Amino acid sequence: MGEALIEVRDLEKVFHVRRRAGRWRRTREEVRAVDGISFTVDRGSMVGYIGPNGAGKSTTIKMLTGILTPSGGRLRVAGIDPARERTRLARRIGVVFGQRTTLWWDLPLRDSYALVRRLYRVEEARFRANMERCVELLDLAELLPVPVRQLSLGQRMRGDIAAALLHDPEVLYLDEPTIGLDVISKAKVRTFLRDLNKELGTTVLLTTHDLSDIEQLCSRVMVIDHGRLMYDGGLAGLREIGDGERTLVVDLERELPPIEVPGARTVRVEGPRQWLAFPASASAAPLVAAVAAGHPVADLSLREPDIEDVIARMYVRGAAGAPEVV
Amino acid sequence: MGEAVRAYMLTAGMWMRSTMTYRLSFALTFFGNIVLTSLDFVAILIMFAHVEALGGFSVAEVGLLYGTTSFSLSVAHVLTGELHEVGSRIRDGSLDVMFVRPVPVLVQLAADRFALRRLGRAAQGLAVLGWSLPQLDVDWTPWRVALLVTMLLSGAAIFMAIYVLGAVFQFYAQDAAEVQNSFTYGGSTLLQYPPTIFGRELVQGVTFVVPLAFVNWIPTMRLLGRDDPLGLPGFVDFLSPAVAAALLLVAGLAWRAALGTYRSTGS
Ligand SMILES: Nc1ncnc2c1ncn2[C@@H]1O[C@H](COP(=O)(O)OP(=O)(O)O)[C@@H](O)[C@H]1O
Ligand SMILES: [Mg+2]
Repeated sequence: MGEALIEVRDLEKVFHVRRRAGRWRRTREEVRAVDGISFTVDRGSMVGYIGPNGAGKSTTIKMLTGILTPSGGRLRVAGIDPARERTRLARRIGVVFGQRTTLWWDLPLRDSYALVRRLYRVEEARFRANMERCVELLDLAELLPVPVRQLSLGQRMRGDIAAALLHDPEVLYLDEPTIGLDVISKAKVRTFLRDLNKELGTTVLLTTHDLSDIEQLCSRVMVIDHGRLMYDGGLAGLREIGDGERTLVVDLERELPPIEVPGARTVRVEGPRQWLAFPASASAAPLVAAVAAGHPVADLSLREPDIEDVIARMYVRGAAGAPEVV
Repeated sequence: MGEAVRAYMLTAGMWMRSTMTYRLSFALTFFGNIVLTSLDFVAILIMFAHVEALGGFSVAEVGLLYGTTSFSLSVAHVLTGELHEVGSRIRDGSLDVMFVRPVPVLVQLAADRFALRRLGRAAQGLAVLGWSLPQLDVDWTPWRVALLVTMLLSGAAIFMAIYVLGAVFQFYAQDAAEVQNSFTYGGSTLLQYPPTIFGRELVQGVTFVVPLAFVNWIPTMRLLGRDDPLGLPGFVDFLSPAVAAALLLVAGLAWRAALGTYRSTGS
């Protein structure tokens, strides 16, 4: 166990929203975006913060970075209370928002970096070393003279990640870093983050609603839904719950009665297409072989469970009192 | 404080360099600004072609009021940059990114898109001053010169505080930018004319409620050897720096409170 870098206890954020109710009346409604969350993150770890849209992921990140003041609970990052000592904290953290750039929209990438260097007082030598590393690994060389507003989403994301790392932050927060990225950009970003964590020991906390981000990057996962922490632990444990079942989607050459093969059950039939659920622990290969042997198969695809499935299962388990669900 | 000033200079400097790469565009907007803002002084000159005095003030005296107002407002506008448009950033949540940099949000907003071309109006104000000062019947002792200079600086500081307060209101009200404009642009239009042409309640309002009168009306009366319109004690004529400092303090505290209420946006 390492030293705790982020400490969160009973953290809460309540938004008061005014809604129109009828022609004249307006009602005040409470949205508990983060509803009593506790966790610690050790220095050097790489943690995935996952949940469906509106779960409270961004709100948590905004409190960790000092953008929002918590409504309740206690919060320390590197011993600093983010909302009270925002500028001091800023020198020690890096932040990347998937939906919004932290760079200066009208300036060439290179100028943005030069300004970041001076605002953060990064030594020339360190700056050059960090730049070199980022330019190479994130493939930025050709983008440096381009104004940020002309970059594609994937290019901008890489540019933002580099900007967040020039001052050697102890922790890097990424809020949905892969949202909207194409496959190649996604892969580049993931590889870069894994190396960053491994080689420089930077602590990484990333939010996503894409399970495959987590599978490729994080050994620890926190699952949040409706502002509450549903699960906190290893990826294996999450698989056990979430991966309870994978789905084999079979396209037959014609409409047939539900397929019957050992080790799987047909959960849905729609014309020539059928859905077969089978345990995650089982290999798909023998099942595919069995199906193909007895049926005229036109196409096959394997569907991993998505985050909604995982969470749906957690509620079921939670009701049954499974110990690994927080 | 030093750190904030340094960050301001860095950011402003970078914007200046990036706009200076388009020299022609800079020159056009700078001088365009001068021509455009000169039109309202031309209107004043036309008026004086028909009358000898306005509210008992000669054209040179009105020029003094006009020039000091223009200069102070323009300097404040240049130094506070994008602050007057903070409302849109609050609504769309783009203020977020300013919270994660090691520089106070206020400084970042003030330095953002720093535009020297906005100084066109200050240049025009100084030109009007240069035209009207020699025509005034004033003995320019060092004290009077010092009073004029402190008036210009305090005036800029007062307008800056009003820009900050306007930004504070934008955290609480959707269309506060309009209200802010009425204080800055509306207020500056007021200050270009002699206080004697306005009603007593209005003059009281801009003295005691929103202390715009300290930008130029009150100290100018001392320069010109006139009584101030409200008959206040003599020392009040020298209070502009104190009023500016107090107003900046109030604005700073209000800003800090407003920033704590920032709620970003749900995505
Ligand atoms: N500034 C805000 N004002 C009102 N409600 C908000 C605000 N920010 C977030 N919310 C609400 O809080 C909940 C959590 O939002 P968010 O943290 O953005 O979720 P996520 O990032 O997991 O998608 C949502 O119901 C959202 O509508
Ligand atoms: Mg989000």
